[in-house]
Amino acid sequence: MDTKEMIKINQLNKSFGDLHVLKGIDMTVYESDVVCLIGASGSGKSTLLRCLNFLEKKDNGNIIIKGKEVDPNTDNLNKIREKVGMVFQHFNLFPHKTVLENIIEAPIMVKGVDKEEAISKAKQLLSKVGLEDKLDVYPNKLSGGQKQRVAIARALAMEPEIMLFDEPTSALDPELVGEVLATMKELAEEGMTMVVVTHEMDFAKEVADWIVYMHDGKIVERGNPEQFFSNPKEERTQEFLKTTILK
Amino acid sequence: MERKEVATLPSFSHFIQTLIETKSVFLKAMLLTIELTVVSILIGIVIGLFFALLKISKIKVLEFISDAYVYLVRGTPLIVQIFILYFGISGIFLLPDFWAASLALALHNGAYISEILRGSIQAVDKGQMEAGRSLGMTKVLTLRRVILPQAFRRALPPLGNQFIIGLKDSSLAAFISMNELFNVATTLGSNNFDEMTYLLIVAIYYLVLVALLTFVVNRFESKLAVSDR
Repeated sequence: MDTKEMIKINQLNKSFGDLHVLKGIDMTVYESDVVCLIGASGSGKSTLLRCLNFLEKKDNGNIIIKGKEVDPNTDNLNKIREKVGMVFQHFNLFPHKTVLENIIEAPIMVKGVDKEEAISKAKQLLSKVGLEDKLDVYPNKLSGGQKQRVAIARALAMEPEIMLFDEPTSALDPELVGEVLATMKELAEEGMTMVVVTHEMDFAKEVADWIVYMHDGKIVERGNPEQFFSNPKEERTQEFLKTTILK
Repeated sequence: MERKEVATLPSFSHFIQTLIETKSVFLKAMLLTIELTVVSILIGIVIGLFFALLKISKIKVLEFISDAYVYLVRGTPLIVQIFILYFGISGIFLLPDFWAASLALALHNGAYISEILRGSIQAVDKGQMEAGRSLGMTKVLTLRRVILPQAFRRALPPLGNQFIIGLKDSSLAAFISMNELFNVATTLGSNNFDEMTYLLIVAIYYLVLVALLTFVVNRFESKLAVSDR
């Protein structure tokens, strides 16, 4: 297995005012890994994810993307974000643009891709997520699951090397969760490097290579799914799993 | 105390007859009113957008400049602003009457438009900027391609309202001798000792203009609303 380091973070700290949200996080994500971040609300997992594409600015610590340390003050973050796709809990599609326009916007405006080429790529991606018939539809005509699949296609259109998912199914009706997870699973099988903040334990169990459990701004435990779910070492983890599985 | 002269309502036939007879004078005046309104609204939108962007820049000095502008304009009567531009600026460099009036109206409308736009920009979901940034778009590009189109759409109803106010406020240009609708009405009225007839006639012209403006704004609104259908 390839062991290229895609993301490496050392002693990452982040506070919002007096609230110390991330307390010295160390983590490495290798190429083609699927890492699921789990933990209770407020444990810092979304903040950690948002630090990875610099939507939140770290206080201190290092973030190394593909072997290169990123300094948010001097480096061109837009260039880095092109390589790191992000999918949000609330989709954040552009409501004034059609599905197609949503997908081709960044490739054309940021990468300068030819319009015809961007459109044919977008069609390809839409058929991949099973929405090729929704090309000219505006987002408000789509179900939550469809919106999220378009959002995934939109992120993929930039040809990222890493995909970040911030609770991608938390805003969905239960019956729509499956279609989004299926798309994500397919992506994982193609070898995409993925970091996923999720409450979907079954997905984590099935798809993740690594589970990272966070509590109170720290990583409490990490391990492969089998060991993590069947034989958690830390008492905190055991408690957390008891409550979530009962739920 | 002196009693105001009481004007009586003109007879309907007299009103209609005068309306028809004065139509070419009023149409010419209406053209000037339209010019004043359109020019001042267009410049007002540019000014308003500029100060709205200053206000949301999160840079203290720029925010202060925007606040100061809005305060000065909203804190003084439009007629005072028109006179200052007409007499005051004329002392330094001569502004043609039309531009003194247009600029005063534009600066005035601009303050209100900037507040409308600021509100509608800030009302766009924060996730929209994040989505743009996460795709590698710069802040300016996201603002231009994602935030402002949504903000403008949201701003259209209050903007339409402001345009109507701007149209009617253009009547104040009469006080710097612009021969727009209101000026023509009062002049003709006093020359013919028939103020009420002419005031009623000019009211009709304003009503027609407001109806047209409302129609245009509504058309624009429904055109921009395609994404809701």
